[in-house]
Amino acid sequence: MNTQQEISRRTFIRSTGLAGVALTLGVAFPTRGETIEVLNTSAAETQGIDFNAWITIDTTGKVTLTNHRAEMGQGSFQSVPQIIAEELEVDLNQVSIVFAPGNGSKYGDQVTGGSSTIRGSYENLLRLGASAREMLLETAASKWSVPKSECYAEAGFIFHKLTTRKFGYGELVLDASKREVPKTVTLKDPKDYKIIRKPMPRQDTPIKVNGQAIFGLDKKLPGMLYAVVERNPRFIGKVKSFNEADVRKISGVKHVLKVQRDVFGNLLEGVAVVADSTWAAMQGRKALRVEWDDSGFDYPNTNQLYAAMKSQLQSGKVLSIKTQGDFVGTFDRAEKKLEAVYETPYESHSNMEPLNCIADVRTDSCDVWGPIQAPDWIQGEVCGLLKLPPEKVNIHMTFLGGGLGRKAFTDYPYEAVTLSRDIKAPVQIVWTREDDMTMGPFRPGMVYQCRGAVSKGGKIAALEAYAAGQNMNAQSPGADKTRYNSEIVDGLLKPYFESIPHYRFGDAPIDASIPVMWWRSVYASTNAFAFESFLDELAFAAGKDPLDFRQQHLGEPRYQALIERLREVTNWNNRKKNEGYGVAITECFGSIVGEVAKVTRTEAGKVKLEKVWAVMDCGWYVNPDIIKAQVEGSIIMALGAATKHATTFADGKAVEHNFDRYKMSKISEIPEIEVHVMDNQERAGGVGEPGLPPFTPALTNAIFDLTGKRIRVLPFSLDEV
Amino acid sequence: MAAIKLIINQKTYSVDSDPTMPLLWAIRDVIGLTGTKYGCGIAQCGACTVHLDGIPVRSCSIPVSSAASKNITTIEGLSTDNSHPVQQAWIQEQVPQCGYCQSGQIMTAVALLKRNPNPSDKDIDAAMQGNICRCGTYPRIRKAIKTAAQLTKSKAPAK
Repeated sequence: MNTQQEISRRTFIRSTGLAGVALTLGVAFPTRGETIEVLNTSAAETQGIDFNAWITIDTTGKVTLTNHRAEMGQGSFQSVPQIIAEELEVDLNQVSIVFAPGNGSKYGDQVTGGSSTIRGSYENLLRLGASAREMLLETAASKWSVPKSECYAEAGFIFHKLTTRKFGYGELVLDASKREVPKTVTLKDPKDYKIIRKPMPRQDTPIKVNGQAIFGLDKKLPGMLYAVVERNPRFIGKVKSFNEADVRKISGVKHVLKVQRDVFGNLLEGVAVVADSTWAAMQGRKALRVEWDDSGFDYPNTNQLYAAMKSQLQSGKVLSIKTQGDFVGTFDRAEKKLEAVYETPYESHSNMEPLNCIADVRTDSCDVWGPIQAPDWIQGEVCGLLKLPPEKVNIHMTFLGGGLGRKAFTDYPYEAVTLSRDIKAPVQIVWTREDDMTMGPFRPGMVYQCRGAVSKGGKIAALEAYAAGQNMNAQSPGADKTRYNSEIVDGLLKPYFESIPHYRFGDAPIDASIPVMWWRSVYASTNAFAFESFLDELAFAAGKDPLDFRQQHLGEPRYQALIERLREVTNWNNRKKNEGYGVAITECFGSIVGEVAKVTRTEAGKVKLEKVWAVMDCGWYVNPDIIKAQVEGSIIMALGAATKHATTFADGKAVEHNFDRYKMSKISEIPEIEVHVMDNQERAGGVGEPGLPPFTPALTNAIFDLTGKRIRVLPFSLDEV
Repeated sequence: MAAIKLIINQKTYSVDSDPTMPLLWAIRDVIGLTGTKYGCGIAQCGACTVHLDGIPVRSCSIPVSSAASKNITTIEGLSTDNSHPVQQAWIQEQVPQCGYCQSGQIMTAVALLKRNPNPSDKDIDAAMQGNICRCGTYPRIRKAIKTAAQLTKSKAPAK
């Protein structure tokens, strides 16, 4: 496979168009889930539409497919073309894959977040492939003067069923490109899929085992300078002064200047040291002394933040999200009732590739290269910043060394663009590991207060869950803080809202100067720990088996099927007495995932996580091996956040600044993981995130099963249970 | 500044640099071999692993001057065509997700297998635990090391 990582879509279409011998069809996605016509390039140009995804076939039969989303490990590089190739009837080995660059047109949604790549676009992608195939079929039928029904497409050829005649796609594109795009196409029955639902090897693997894959930090431009930035460790303060002359004395240093980045509309400040190599810039920064003006801001530490959350919960200042029935009356009258408080920590994303970005700002245009989850947002921001039209701002996506939500944020390209503008040279900003880990935005720390009661029949009679923490959706200046954060209920299975007669969910937000944002699976990553732990506590109070307890509240066939599968693969009904088993089932980003953890005692008396089973129901799906990899990775990431690392604050600054203090899970600490994927007729759901939330409560519920000890505060050490 | 002789993947380079600059930045910024990654700068993640006279080292934490005239192997030096058994095994087991840490993982695994052609789970844990993977590809790394051991055996000439 030939991987072209950087190519402007316009240049690409223009160059293929100039030869006049290519068939190019594309789609643009107006908003998630809506459908739009499949168009050829001339129709798209007439309507001013920029394609998000497109197919080009040239006269040699070479097929090029785009991936309109970022590749950060989740596999869209593979799965987007895998969908198109199925209906186009080409072998994946015969195609080249390119990244689509940032698209500033209002039609585009390229942000890779919310596990949305496949579920938001698969129907359009199937239609795109099928439309091109139909045009090629029509062209061949017309050349042979036979009915289209006598022709079929396979592996890049159109065959005539009644004779041995065939055309390669390349022989047909000239005529096919002149045909109308069909208004409707028939899509395959999933049982006839040849590529989709098969564990096809990823096309990006070969270049990721030999150093050839280009990540943001690997991109170089001629004459490019390197910058590192000393940013305010308390996030919000301003630069008062800095020792420019001293820093300029360091060999290789070219510029020392103030730089800003936009974090939720707040311009956060730093001082950039620009040099002729990364190392020289780092040396310059060592000599840099910045005096900050931090006046007017709190210097919170972790204890104060959590005390504020608890006091907010106790004050009763709770924004109501969702209520049903009479919680208070039912709870007060109930015989069996309980209360519990759960705490989850702040976390940094700590992607293996630290943040970085290249900008080359010229008088009338700008190019940006980087590990970017949201090229279209960045294009929008840069256009505003430089007062340039979208066609003058090119956002190029490299591979991402992890994203996890952090690289959907636009602050680091903002920094690079303003710096390049100010020094009038192409520049790569390199965030050191310490910068990446301490500057946020972080996953917000949360405190959950749950109360509930069980009926005599052993069902949940009443449930209350209030969550306190920073609202990541209300950080901009002037944000409406009276609005509740609806994401506080994310993760909980939908049928509970039917089967629990009396409930109320509420949001008790706190204000703090710490920037917070999406971290893989967002609020579900913490909500699930509270909800699924508390359900387990209610099940125990009701004297019920935790899986049976859940099953009786989740009547819908889809949930029943998942539970039965979980029961079967874990041999749940024959669990051994000296082993601890815990279950948790959550739902987010359109997918339902159930996980079971098994723990044992070692001879030394320590708790050991032996095995995790996961059953993923993501509805319609593309590549079972990528799903398995995503669930394995989600479990391991959750294990780290549950048992290894957290970000704490002292004097307003993040304390953990590198992997010596912020310890990741190691290969020696991971359990055996077994992943199963449900086959059904449901719509496609997300894959990259939904496997994360259920793991932690499954683990702590298993520890309770083994030891009788409830863990309600994260992170905890497995060695100290 | 001083001219330092570096032998990387059997090719000799003369690098004019601050002798205290870590080998990592010489490899990446000066010579332009970007397969070796910056991850932490303090030898805590393993993304920058290269071989120095066959021994895996953290290139972020050794000065370029101490690598002078020694044989350095980076990920680019394993093969020109992904034919190294560890690369083959990584492809077969579909190990990488984001891929950023994999150069370091592979270099550490290659050194392990050279020393111990048939590693147990415990051997793998001991050798690989300095290499962090945020995507959580560990189960597949474990499998791939065992696959690579098999591939190496089947390639080795019969005695």
